[in-house]
Amino acid sequence: MSTVYNLKREVEKPVRLTGGHRLCAGCGAGVVVAGVLRALHKEDRAVVVNATSCLQVSTFMYPYTAYVDSYIHSAFENSAATCAGVEAAYNALQRRGKVEGNVKFITFAGDGGTYDIGFQSLSGAMERGHDMVYVCYDNEAYMNTGIQRSSSTPRFARTTTSPVGSVQPGKKQNKKDLTEILVAHHIPYVAQTAPLGNFRDLHIKSYNAIYTKGPCFLNVLAPCPRGWDYPMARLAEIIQLAVDTCVWPLYEVEEGVWRLTYIPKKKLPVEDFLRPQGRFRHMFQKGNEWMIEEAQRYVDEKWERLLERTGA
Amino acid sequence: MSHRLSGNEAIAYAMKQIDPDVMGAFPITPSTEIPEYFAQYVANGEVNTEYVAVESEHSSMSVCIAAQAAGARAVCATSSCGLALMYELLYVAASCRLPISLVCVNRALSGPININHDYSDSMGGRDSGWIQIYAENNQEAYDNFIMAMPIGEHPNVRLPVMTCMDGFITSHAVENIELLETDVVRRFIGEYNPEHYLLKKENPLAVGPYDLSPYYMEHKVMQAEAMKAAKVRILEVAAKFEKISGRCYGLFEEYRMEDAELALVLMGSTAGTAKAAVDKLREDGVKAGLVKTRVFRPFPGQELARALAGTRAVAVMDKSEGFSANGGPLFAETRSALYDLKERPYLIDIVYGLGGRDVKVEDIEKVFGRLADIAVTGEIGPLYTHMGQRSKGGDR
Repeated sequence: MSTVYNLKREVEKPVRLTGGHRLCAGCGAGVVVAGVLRALHKEDRAVVVNATSCLQVSTFMYPYTAYVDSYIHSAFENSAATCAGVEAAYNALQRRGKVEGNVKFITFAGDGGTYDIGFQSLSGAMERGHDMVYVCYDNEAYMNTGIQRSSSTPRFARTTTSPVGSVQPGKKQNKKDLTEILVAHHIPYVAQTAPLGNFRDLHIKSYNAIYTKGPCFLNVLAPCPRGWDYPMARLAEIIQLAVDTCVWPLYEVEEGVWRLTYIPKKKLPVEDFLRPQGRFRHMFQKGNEWMIEEAQRYVDEKWERLLERTGA
Repeated sequence: MSHRLSGNEAIAYAMKQIDPDVMGAFPITPSTEIPEYFAQYVANGEVNTEYVAVESEHSSMSVCIAAQAAGARAVCATSSCGLALMYELLYVAASCRLPISLVCVNRALSGPININHDYSDSMGGRDSGWIQIYAENNQEAYDNFIMAMPIGEHPNVRLPVMTCMDGFITSHAVENIELLETDVVRRFIGEYNPEHYLLKKENPLAVGPYDLSPYYMEHKVMQAEAMKAAKVRILEVAAKFEKISGRCYGLFEEYRMEDAELALVLMGSTAGTAKAAVDKLREDGVKAGLVKTRVFRPFPGQELARALAGTRAVAVMDKSEGFSANGGPLFAETRSALYDLKERPYLIDIVYGLGGRDVKVEDIEKVFGRLADIAVTGEIGPLYTHMGQRSKGGDR
């Protein structure tokens, strides 16, 4: 990005996701979408694609769309192929001289629609090299259907399909590392980010993804007050804790080169992130100390590996 | 111009003549040759088409939906389980009112896996809101595909069109075929200029809403009205097509039905076999006739009732099971269509040819033999039977 990031200037741009949509207060998804779309040049058009999700049902309920740009939603598991189809049409129509101006293609899907049911469609679209951006807003469970575990749900998290019981400590498996899987597609740009602080990290990575030719992928942490069980006013704080505990490291991989974009001044213990969230409440009960230890060990190992890869 | 082509090659050639904007391509027997032939046209620079070689049929239909919504003409071809994998999206395509053209090279559905012809695949999609047109042979497969876009894209219709041909029997057998000149095809198809589309600069469009009870039913009724309008449009396009080709198409074909007392209702390549049987029986003085269903969606119920009104006994031949325990899908539709007749013919269903089991002229003659008995005795016997299967513990 050639210009210096300036939050004031960015938020003064005309919005592309208008207010009045039906997302919950304290939901990360709306902040992510608004933040990504803000990185578009004012004069550029976009076609926004959604997978079926909280975002979809909240932003395009007939007859109201919250998007200023053109928009398409087709199904749950095909948002990448859908975006690919729009991009293919654009290429063909442009060759025929039937479409004007610069148009960008941006997909938003939740973790269920990305890590799980839409995974094949995503992998295919990335491999084929469409000029598109795929944004996963990761809230770590199927929230639209009422908080069910996905392969993005972290270990020990309580969901309605990974409940806590006398013989089960919440979800039994670790979170799938989707960002690394996308890096393995050797696409031009992959980044992990979050709507943190003044949104600089999200903005720059969105800009890079949108204005790098070819398929680009953003994995964006988007906490959910219902599923994570935190007071809605604490959204920004939860995101900050995810990053400062290294539970959600911010990094990018540009043409195969790994780079950490945020190193916490002081790496906080993982329990600082876990404690404010009801989904991890059982981890703090007497006798469950091992859960926090395991969670800490897992985060530390991943963080060490990331430090090695990025040479930080 | 006269050529010798397989059904698949004829479709690929029609696609080349049309030069669609986007093709979603994924292989599945027996439709694979269509994207194969077309890939060569792309490689040779003979078409402008964006050839999107996806990772599944689910994605090929997703690509087509998005491309058509974006303002492009989108095509694809599939068979059997490939169509089944698309089922969810067939409904999306129709409800978004996107006139995509899909060629279904009919093949039996798994399981067990079987690569040969029956209609279980497209019959599974019959209530998805797609227009369905079936071909008897290569010529009809080619002609139906050329007519698909003018039918589907009409403002009164705006529905996707599935043109179907019999796997292997039609898709792979090489037959003589009359091809139209490319400029004639292009003029017939015309430019695709939808009123609303995603890439339209002046007016952004949102497609695929969350649609609750205050509006959902209105949208479904509009879809239903479009399907009714399609019947009119199919005949208009057929009349125009006759002018450029000399070939005449209706909602179905009546073969020697003028004074027929015994009749069959069936579809696809079996019609060729049945016509031979009808001719043979006519020589013997039997008043036999055939109705070959061409347009299955919209279903021409009233027209079919008129065509069968003078008959005494009718056998519907279903080349898909349906598992309703009450006969196959073509039977259910035909029987319902005849309900309003004052004097109804006796009606039976024969399920045949599943998984590509062969049907011969003699088999069809036997069906007529049964109809003759029914006409005389008034006893239909079992309403719905299977033809050509070995009985349990029977001869092998």
